[in-house]
Amino acid sequence: MAAPCVSCAGALSFRLFLLGRVSLARRQGLWQTAAASLQTAPGSQILRLIYTTVVTTKKNVPASRCETYTEDFIKKQIEEFNIGKRHLANMMGEDPETFTQEDIDRAIVYLFPSGLFEKRARPIMKHPEQIFPKQRAIQWGEDGRPFHFLFYTGKQSYYSLMHEVYGKLLQIEKHQNQLRAKGLLPEKTETKDLIGSRWLIKEELEEMLVEKLSDQDYVRFIQLLEKLLTLQCDPAEEKFVQKFRRSVAIQSKKQLIEPVQYDEQGRAFSTSEGRRKSAKAEAVVYEHGSGRITVNGADYLLYFPITQDREQLMFPFHFLDRLGKHDVTCTVSGGGRSAQAGAIRLAMAKALCSFITEDEVEWMRQAGLLTPDPRVRERKKPGQEGARRKFTWKKR
Amino acid sequence: MAPALPRLLLAGARPGRRWPGWLQTHGSGRTLAGAPAPAASEPEDSEAHRKILEEPLKHSDFFNVKELFSVKSLFDARVHLGHKAGCRHRFMEPYIFGSRLDQDIIDLEQTASHLQLALNFTAHVAYRKGIILFVSRNRQFTHLIENTARDCGEYAHARYFKGGLLTNAPLLFGPTVRLPDLIIFLHTLNNVFEPHVAVRDAAKMNIPTVGIVDTNCNPCLITYPIPANDDSPPSVQLFCRLFRTVINRAKEKRRQMEALQRLQSTKGAEGHGAAHPPPKVDANRPL
Repeated sequence: MAAPCVSCAGALSFRLFLLGRVSLARRQGLWQTAAASLQTAPGSQILRLIYTTVVTTKKNVPASRCETYTEDFIKKQIEEFNIGKRHLANMMGEDPETFTQEDIDRAIVYLFPSGLFEKRARPIMKHPEQIFPKQRAIQWGEDGRPFHFLFYTGKQSYYSLMHEVYGKLLQIEKHQNQLRAKGLLPEKTETKDLIGSRWLIKEELEEMLVEKLSDQDYVRFIQLLEKLLTLQCDPAEEKFVQKFRRSVAIQSKKQLIEPVQYDEQGRAFSTSEGRRKSAKAEAVVYEHGSGRITVNGADYLLYFPITQDREQLMFPFHFLDRLGKHDVTCTVSGGGRSAQAGAIRLAMAKALCSFITEDEVEWMRQAGLLTPDPRVRERKKPGQEGARRKFTWKKR
Repeated sequence: MAPALPRLLLAGARPGRRWPGWLQTHGSGRTLAGAPAPAASEPEDSEAHRKILEEPLKHSDFFNVKELFSVKSLFDARVHLGHKAGCRHRFMEPYIFGSRLDQDIIDLEQTASHLQLALNFTAHVAYRKGIILFVSRNRQFTHLIENTARDCGEYAHARYFKGGLLTNAPLLFGPTVRLPDLIIFLHTLNNVFEPHVAVRDAAKMNIPTVGIVDTNCNPCLITYPIPANDDSPPSVQLFCRLFRTVINRAKEKRRQMEALQRLQSTKGAEGHGAAHPPPKVDANRPL
């Protein structure tokens, strides 16, 4: 910095000069101290040392992490993937030509064993299409004109889809009006079975269109599709709508029915297990009998002196009106009296399924007889007296 | 060949940036007396190109838009019907013929003259390969407007208008996006009866606008207002049809001129020594 020549014009000019030096310092981007010159001109005062701080880092620049991948980059990644696949096949001693994705996964699991619990954190080797998110190519040509006629809306795929669906709706309505005018409109046909499928969720639609949508957009789209479905449409339209539905696995819980076995005398019986809390029970239910229940070798009247427990045992038969028709032999261990009763009840109900109709099985399931009770004893926590009970709180 | 009408070179442009070819300075097609500067191509090419661009500007109605409509056809399409007198906008009073049973009637003579100017301007923009954007916020006609835009190869925005679409376009679309060169408003008001944001934004971005203004609209910021009814289906259908015809006509004319020019240049290259004059371009021949 040039040596300051202080004029004796007064404090003002000196301060201005100092400001000028400060701005120079700022431009240089260094931590500077603008020291007041101690040159004393006749008549001026000695000024104090002034420190100026200069911020050295850029302030508030957002993390500009560019997430766009160029075409060349993706192509290079695909080439590298293919070469790597062949290397891997050679390493594993397999044929590079017929090396499928499952083979790759198995090879990676073998070569890089990982103990991580999170499956997505383990090493993977997949095709770049599945790893890098789908990008949009540049939307306009050399002369700057965009390719799509709805480009300036911002969400061209979504709005063009809405436009298309609405066009179909209008077309169908027009067609139906024409038929109605001629009197040829067929009366209400059967409603379509939509039970096994569901609409696309918003994330799936976003993925399909490669565009961000808002919740209202999504709702509007589904409403439009449902409106299309209410009109009777041709198979072509139905196929179009099916593109936006995903099949859903029917959630009915298939009750496992025990096979019927036959003992030496030829009596039909079936066995099954049940658990409740820490009690384990195994029940053998005979198809024909007189309503005797034997628990651990003793009659249930002696084993369970409490009425409530015996009622629990009788409940499955009472529910199906088969009170005196079956014989039961069961063994039980663990738990308390109520837990053992519950375990035996579950085991009996499950064993009984082999002898009754499907509907009755469904009724039992809905009554809750076939569901194992998930309640177990909650552990005691440190700092508390029990599982939930806290120590007595003293104010002072 | 690079199209005319620069956009981003005006206020806010950072200097020292390399502009793509189509953003080079060309003569403004908006003013009728433009002198386009040639791009980096051969001299003969640019000379012919300049002639193509200048030729329509010498005639007042090069594309003969007057024949597409008449006052009678406007009347039949119910273009003259305005809103009730209570909805009247102060600045629309010059365009109102009168009021019948408390409903304003628009002066169709003025409408015809404004429409002719607007259609002529649209045709010139389309001739010079400008981007035309149809804007409307009336949900009744969204489908029709989008179809119109698609049929004439231009663009439409009849959906929810996002805030910085025109003013913040480089951020929303990409750094080298090209903005529309003309915005046509089929409906100037949005769904809450306020002026559409695009009117103001187009004025900010120096984009000329053509707009159908009803008796409750503000015609101030619109370059070529057309006082007309924007609520009845026949009226909107008529205007869509007119714009579509005019744009297609202008594009067809441009293609013809370019084909003619190509023909001339090949003939000129062949008969270089013959020095025969090129065939005269008859601009007013019917299309």
